[in-house]
Amino acid sequence: MTTFIKRAALVVAATALFAGTANAHRTWLLPSATVLSGKDTWVTVDAAVSNDLFYFEHNPLQLDNLSILAPDGTPVTAENISKGRYRSTFDFKLDQPGTYKVMVVNKGVFGSFKVDGQQRRVRSTAEKIAQDIPPNATDVRITETNGRIETFVTSGKSNDKALIQTKSGLELEPVTHPNNLVAGEKATFRLTLDGAPAANVDVEIVPGGIRYRDKLGDTKVKTDESGTFTVTWPTPGMYWMNASVQDDKSAIQGARRRASYTTTVEVLPP
Amino acid sequence: MRGILTATVTSLLTIPAAAGDATVSIDIPRLNVAEYHRPYVAFWIESKDGSKISNLAVWYDTKQKANEGTKWLKDMRQWWRRTGQELTLPMDGLSSPTRQPGTHQFKLDAGAKPLNELSPGDYTLIVEAAREVGGRELLRIPFQWPPKAAQVLEARGEHEISGISLSLAP
Repeated sequence: MTTFIKRAALVVAATALFAGTANAHRTWLLPSATVLSGKDTWVTVDAAVSNDLFYFEHNPLQLDNLSILAPDGTPVTAENISKGRYRSTFDFKLDQPGTYKVMVVNKGVFGSFKVDGQQRRVRSTAEKIAQDIPPNATDVRITETNGRIETFVTSGKSNDKALIQTKSGLELEPVTHPNNLVAGEKATFRLTLDGAPAANVDVEIVPGGIRYRDKLGDTKVKTDESGTFTVTWPTPGMYWMNASVQDDKSAIQGARRRASYTTTVEVLPP
Repeated sequence: MRGILTATVTSLLTIPAAAGDATVSIDIPRLNVAEYHRPYVAFWIESKDGSKISNLAVWYDTKQKANEGTKWLKDMRQWWRRTGQELTLPMDGLSSPTRQPGTHQFKLDAGAKPLNELSPGDYTLIVEAAREVGGRELLRIPFQWPPKAAQVLEARGEHEISGISLSLAP
């Protein structure tokens, strides 16, 4: 175990932050539209953490790490950002034809440990985590998290420049363009982890609208050796797709790494 | 409503095609709704495997300032994803204003685009209509090109399109 430099005070209790990354809730971005025509179009995006899809009933999604990529790969500024009780909202303008990618990428390092019989939690960064855990701590567990939440919007003719991968964490490489999804047709996607195929990973696919039916209607599919999975959409609507991996491949010594990917896609009727 | 639609479809049968021409006809129903808008309609031909697409006509609200009528083109959703999103409208010879309820037709000359570009085979005429604060309907007429005999092929709609017909002459 690495030796830790003693540091007075300043251990931030971060239980609430752990809850934000807990698996009990679903996080999502929900655009007002995903296929647009005409010039000077705008899209409003809702962002929330909730149980049921796509209903606002728990917490707004924090937008500190929001970014939007235009079809030419340049950044787009989100406007009219607001945080309400159950959802955050923002608008953005689609100046160019092509596909926009909207992302919230939350990276964090969390440590949990025991000091004098007391369970403590700390939120830190890769550089500082060693200092944030006291040298007399026991049961030290460090987790590095990388959570990516995305959605896609196309104005006019779709393209794929904004779909470029960062090769960090869990990402979705669309084989079928995410704004060309139609009920009854098969779509193909590929999951990557740090740029390499994410093989044998479970992907959960959940259609929205649970309030108006009895069965959740979720599907679980496993990626193959190349990280690829396919889905044939049963009905039109908004769908939530999510996958997560846990491994020891953190850059921080002795830490576990937890990476997750979530996206909302719109499936149109035939 | 259904009674009105079936009555007007019979008028499509009496349109003959001149030799070498194809005539496309559409019957737009008169609907009894509080807020009526003339539908956006797209007409196009696809080869059987979907690889070749030829646009015939697109009717949309061309009169809006700053071409704002293009905002609703995507509501013709199959047309939009197959071909519409790649076009810039207005386009000479392709786009024109929306039409009133009633029968409308236009001729395609066998010696001109797109008919003169069609290699022999199976094709489908597809017509998609979308109405503001209304619905959307898509109709298809499969046909062979070139036609071996004179024929009038039809497809009937249920709500946004009373019917379409394709008149062919060899």
